[in-house]
Amino acid sequence: MKLRHISLFLFALAALAARAAELNVFAAASLTDALKEIAKAYEPASGDKLRFNFGASSTLAIQIKQGAPADVFFSADEAKMNDLAKAGLILADTRRTLLANTLVIVVNADGGAAIATPADLVKPGIGRIALAQPQTVPVGIYGKQWLQKVGLWKQVIDRIVPTENVRASLAAVEAGNVDAGIVYKTDALISKKVKMVFEVPAAEGPSITYPAAVVKDSKQVEAARKFAAYLAGPEARAVFAKYGFLPAP
Amino acid sequence: MSAEAWQITWFTIGVATLSTAAILPPGVALGWLLARRDWPGKSLIETLVALPLVIPPVATGLILLKLFGRRGPLGGWLERTFGWEIVFTWKAVVVATAVMSFPLLVRTARVAFEGVNPRLEQVARTLGAGPWRVFATITLPLAARGLVAGAVLAFARALGEFGATVMVAGFIPGQTVTLSLAIYQFVQLGHDGEAMVLLAISVAIAFAAVWVSEYFVRRRPA
Repeated sequence: MKLRHISLFLFALAALAARAAELNVFAAASLTDALKEIAKAYEPASGDKLRFNFGASSTLAIQIKQGAPADVFFSADEAKMNDLAKAGLILADTRRTLLANTLVIVVNADGGAAIATPADLVKPGIGRIALAQPQTVPVGIYGKQWLQKVGLWKQVIDRIVPTENVRASLAAVEAGNVDAGIVYKTDALISKKVKMVFEVPAAEGPSITYPAAVVKDSKQVEAARKFAAYLAGPEARAVFAKYGFLPAP
Repeated sequence: MSAEAWQITWFTIGVATLSTAAILPPGVALGWLLARRDWPGKSLIETLVALPLVIPPVATGLILLKLFGRRGPLGGWLERTFGWEIVFTWKAVVVATAVMSFPLLVRTARVAFEGVNPRLEQVARTLGAGPWRVFATITLPLAARGLVAGAVLAFARALGEFGATVMVAGFIPGQTVTLSLAIYQFVQLGHDGEAMVLLAISVAIAFAAVWVSEYFVRRRPA
């Protein structure tokens, strides 16, 4: 082969290698299905690979604080993002609030408890209610805020089974190990084994918003910025809407 | 040490004690059977008993969750018959720790019984002692040190159990939170200081338990 061809080949290879970034996206558990679908469209189009770490936003924030190699952080509440911002761990100019969500009460679809109103959560016969850890996990904090607002928190607190994240609450309801669960509407929508019995109206519920930002110590800042911008774009918005997420207020 | 730390410590010790006491009779019996008897399918039993020791604890926890869940075969039956709820209660913690420490007890018991010279038992039989008397007066005393070591080891294992417990019992404060779960949770909350306190307690208890166990093992008759 001529030297020209070899060097052209090597240059193309290097260009490809430089373009094929691998991004670690730390995202709230409730975003699992929507983001996986977004990845299917984004990866071939951009040439970058997306590696997801889904979990409770509180856990993810702690991991980032301890130096975990995250490139993008997509949280289920502003508080965790504020935490990281205060610690100087995110690029402030990349922070955008992208989505909103609502809380719902779910019961098992097959012979689940008879719950129609929030007050039913405290009636006799309802033994256990799954709610993600109310001190740290966003959906748990939102759930507690709402229950306090409608004056049910003190009565319900003994029945609460704290779970690790919102999908663990969903799983507990699906398995029938709890009588009811408080999850996001988007989680209820993806599960055929649970049914929604009550949706917290926007006026009553806490303001649930999902911000995303690029992590400052990212080793792929350009690729991360590109992905964060994509998440705010029309294609991503359409996928989120498909899964029941509301646009940011 | 805070009141919460005390509660968690006593709960953990209590659960570990209960679980060890519960597995002692079947564990010792199985250890003796594996040491003294042969039967078709013995290797199957040996493998089944060793499983919780070898497969990931969370995998064992998952199996227990499916079995003892409210709609599971065992859990559903227990709830219908006795009104007992297992998952997400302290009973699930006892079940998980018992299952996880059972293999350790059986192994140590088996080795303890294998260390008893069968000729001594045979001699006792020729002198007219019945099988139970032989067991009580010859086998058990000679195996005692190894059995105690096994029980203490099982206790230490029960104290440290996490993976299976987290699957079946969750983190219900005051009801299912053991030392291991509490340490994990405190780190999740960012309360590293409290986590370290519990870490120190766990290390102290485990240290004591293993030291006692080694003491008994070291003093086995030659």
